[in-house]
Amino acid sequence: MKKLVLVVFTAFLLGACGEKPQTSGGSNRDAPPYMGTGVAAFTVPGWKAGDKTGWELALRARTQHGQNEFNRGN
Amino acid sequence: MARMKFICDSQRCIECNGCVTACKNENEVPWGVNRRRVVTLNDGVPGEKSISVACMHCSDAPCMAVCPVQCFYRTDEGVVLHDKDVCIGCGYCSYACPFGAPQFPSQGTFGVRGKMDKCTFCAGGPEANGSEAEFEKYGRNRLAEGKLPICAEMCSTKALLAGDGDVLADILRTRVAQRGTGAEVWGWGTAYGTKAGGKDAGGKS
Repeated sequence: MKKLVLVVFTAFLLGACGEKPQTSGGSNRDAPPYMGTGVAAFTVPGWKAGDKTGWELALRARTQHGQNEFNRGN
Repeated sequence: MARMKFICDSQRCIECNGCVTACKNENEVPWGVNRRRVVTLNDGVPGEKSISVACMHCSDAPCMAVCPVQCFYRTDEGVVLHDKDVCIGCGYCSYACPFGAPQFPSQGTFGVRGKMDKCTFCAGGPEANGSEAEFEKYGRNRLAEGKLPICAEMCSTKALLAGDGDVLADILRTRVAQRGTGAEVWGWGTAYGTKAGGKDAGGKS
């Protein structure tokens, strides 16, 4: 019994030596945007979630046709 | 892979503050925090210019360099985002940023500084794309919906452009060629270096 108490007490004391890792390696656990939001109502039509090429084309189209009036007017 | 950037064409900005309003509305930004604002250069002097300023998502972001808890990260598209669960609100990023982008909501007793808030390029944060938690902390994730930031899409004169840096440079180059003036791109050199994506934007910082 005395031995058991000693073992438990020693384990309790040694527990203080343990330490949780405190290093911070940045927080990039973000999913890539081409994976979509899962909300079809707000998603631009023409590409499916996970389609990287389609997503890039959708953004390029918005950049060129939405912001470059020389493509529209001239 | 596209490298997301902002350009503000000072020849076109009419200081309407539509970008500021659109940003605040889309992301439900709290009182006292302006992720984007319009600044007038040489105010009152003939030839004054206005520009729309927010986080430029720098290539070599100084906020990332000085953050003591490394709450910043960069996405594959070059968007600089941060994790509010990690941020301790120390304000170092605010001193390091050349654009004054980091904002701190004054809340709680003694005006204690809250978690840093800044423009996310409408790309949300580390939470699941389009989730309620992401919206609460960072606002809408328009990029994951296949859209560009609301400030640029709402700009009535298309002074503020957002998207792939190469495409933006081409658009501006066409404009400058057409009008024969206004090649200055404010903040471009500071944010992305003198050579932008291997191409000379032809502007000064």
